[in-house]
Amino acid sequence: MKRAGFTTVWLPVALLLPQLMIIAIFFYWPAAWAVQSSFYLQDPFGFGSTFVGLENYTDLMTNVEYAKVARFTVIYTVLVTFFSLALALLLAVKADTVIRGAKSYRTLLMWVYAIAPPVAGFMGLMFFDQRNGPLTEMFQAFGWEFRLGADFNSTATAMVIVAVWKQIPVNFIFFLSGLQSIPKAVREAALIDNRSATGRFWDVTFPLLAPTAFFLLIINITYALFDTFGIVDTLVRSEPGNNPVTLVYKVFVDGFRGNDLGGSSAQSVILMILVLVLTVFQFRLIERRIHYT
Amino acid sequence: MAQVTLDRVRKTYPNGHEAVHPCSVEIPDGELVVLVGPSGCGKSTLLRMIAGLEDITDGALSIGREVVNDRDPADRNIAMVFQNYALYPHMSVAKNMGYGLKNRGASKAEIDTKVQEAARILNLGDYLDRRPSQLSGGQRQRVAMGRAIVRDPELFLFDEPLSNLDAKLRNQMRIEIRALQQRLGVTSVYVTHDQVEAMTMADRIIVLNGGRVEQIGTPTEIYEHPASTFVAGFMGAPPMNLMQAHIADGVLTLGEETHLPFAAPAVATDSVLVGFRPEDVRLGGDGSMMLHVEIIEELGAHRLLHGKLGGQPFSLSIGKDEVAGLGAQPITLPRDRIHFFHPERGTRI
Repeated sequence: MKRAGFTTVWLPVALLLPQLMIIAIFFYWPAAWAVQSSFYLQDPFGFGSTFVGLENYTDLMTNVEYAKVARFTVIYTVLVTFFSLALALLLAVKADTVIRGAKSYRTLLMWVYAIAPPVAGFMGLMFFDQRNGPLTEMFQAFGWEFRLGADFNSTATAMVIVAVWKQIPVNFIFFLSGLQSIPKAVREAALIDNRSATGRFWDVTFPLLAPTAFFLLIINITYALFDTFGIVDTLVRSEPGNNPVTLVYKVFVDGFRGNDLGGSSAQSVILMILVLVLTVFQFRLIERRIHYT
Repeated sequence: MAQVTLDRVRKTYPNGHEAVHPCSVEIPDGELVVLVGPSGCGKSTLLRMIAGLEDITDGALSIGREVVNDRDPADRNIAMVFQNYALYPHMSVAKNMGYGLKNRGASKAEIDTKVQEAARILNLGDYLDRRPSQLSGGQRQRVAMGRAIVRDPELFLFDEPLSNLDAKLRNQMRIEIRALQQRLGVTSVYVTHDQVEAMTMADRIIVLNGGRVEQIGTPTEIYEHPASTFVAGFMGAPPMNLMQAHIADGVLTLGEETHLPFAAPAVATDSVLVGFRPEDVRLGGDGSMMLHVEIIEELGAHRLLHGKLGGQPFSLSIGKDEVAGLGAQPITLPRDRIHFFHPERGTRI
């Protein structure tokens, strides 16, 4: 078979150039700049910088505040990932069995996806409003003095709820299409082999959803770690104070509020390494064990 | 082991489509019954109703002595072999076969024994640890069979189990399934659109058309005495020759002045459908019956001559040693092999 190819080198290069430039300008250049500036200590008034080697990193490692934020970020990520996956899976399994009006039902469940994170955060603000937020009133009815923006646990709860709510539609879409790609006959075979619906789900349906679930796990961890910035910013109303924040939000606060560009860059580099580890983990460890075909 | 009784079983879909018209069939214990018909005739729907995968709109279905209409598929003591095997892709061959037993609370030792036994019967011993994706089509088919037999069901259900295999493997599996079924003596319902499978495997055939039972009978009965033109045309390859004959003063005329040397049946209509199996007609004769051969199909073991008799399409099957050419050929229509059908209703006369 004859391979189709370019006769000159320049055409393919020219065609690739826009994509390469976007990656270079918006990713590699800032990343390189962050790595570089993480070795410097900036003058708070912007008059110059001094090379300090790894001092920014060693400072972070011994910083109690940083450890606290990191701990919260881990808990936050685990909670957001778990609940957004679990609830989306539950909804998808239920939606999958709906026959009448299935289409409109599914569309309704996906709608939230179209809401931008800051808008979702703003809606959260209204739901958790101190004076007349319905969810605040509900928590109060259960005897919990809910105070968004003033109390650490209240804000943390609101952040988790809004982030989960915002992420459910994405997971729902993937789970639903995953469910629908399971051959009908396989499910019917299970129907004959096992009378328990719960048993069938865990023995047959869930293992066949595992590739989808694993993909979503990685997506959701990344989402909770990085993409919830808008939600966090809106809910803490740009006033971290006593409120919980995530690592990404701390990068922003330290760099642009505290003017500690060096320390903030060092935090960014640590996050970049985290993403790298996550990616390698995804490709090397688990993905290999989950595919069947 | 059990007999299966369908008492006016009917299926109507919510959109009003009547997939299966009221259907009453009795399947004796240990028999293999084949449901055959063209696609959309309701044969799969009927099978799926027996399996419990499809609701029964009306009527009663009994397996053994009990009516099972409202029982879950898992509680009907059946096993089903699906068209595309429907194996669990994430389970090994052994797990695939043992899954049903495990859920009925069988002990690990019992499952092991039964799986080993099934693997021995089906020559799957070396593959028990493999995943279905590592097996060939024929092996997957065997695993699906194994999954059915380890359960010791009262009833086997087969939904076109061989249609995904190539022709050679299909012939082989056909014999294997039949032999296995006879050895185990389990009542079976087998769905196919392939009339060769139906003829070769069945103790009894149920021919379905448009959701209605056209005929129930042994393969020989169905072949020798088709109840309608539909059955006559569907069972047999090439199909039975069906010709419109005009009746005038007790004489049958095909057209173009070709008179048939038989007495017309006693009917109220002025025409009748006359049928002959292609292999029942003999080449040669006194010249009163001339077939105008247009095409000769060479099939190795025999030859098919296609042409026109009295202006109507007609096929004839001859042995490989008989000589025939194109053009007019004398033929003989044996009197004892003639079939008559009603010209409009298509029913046997």
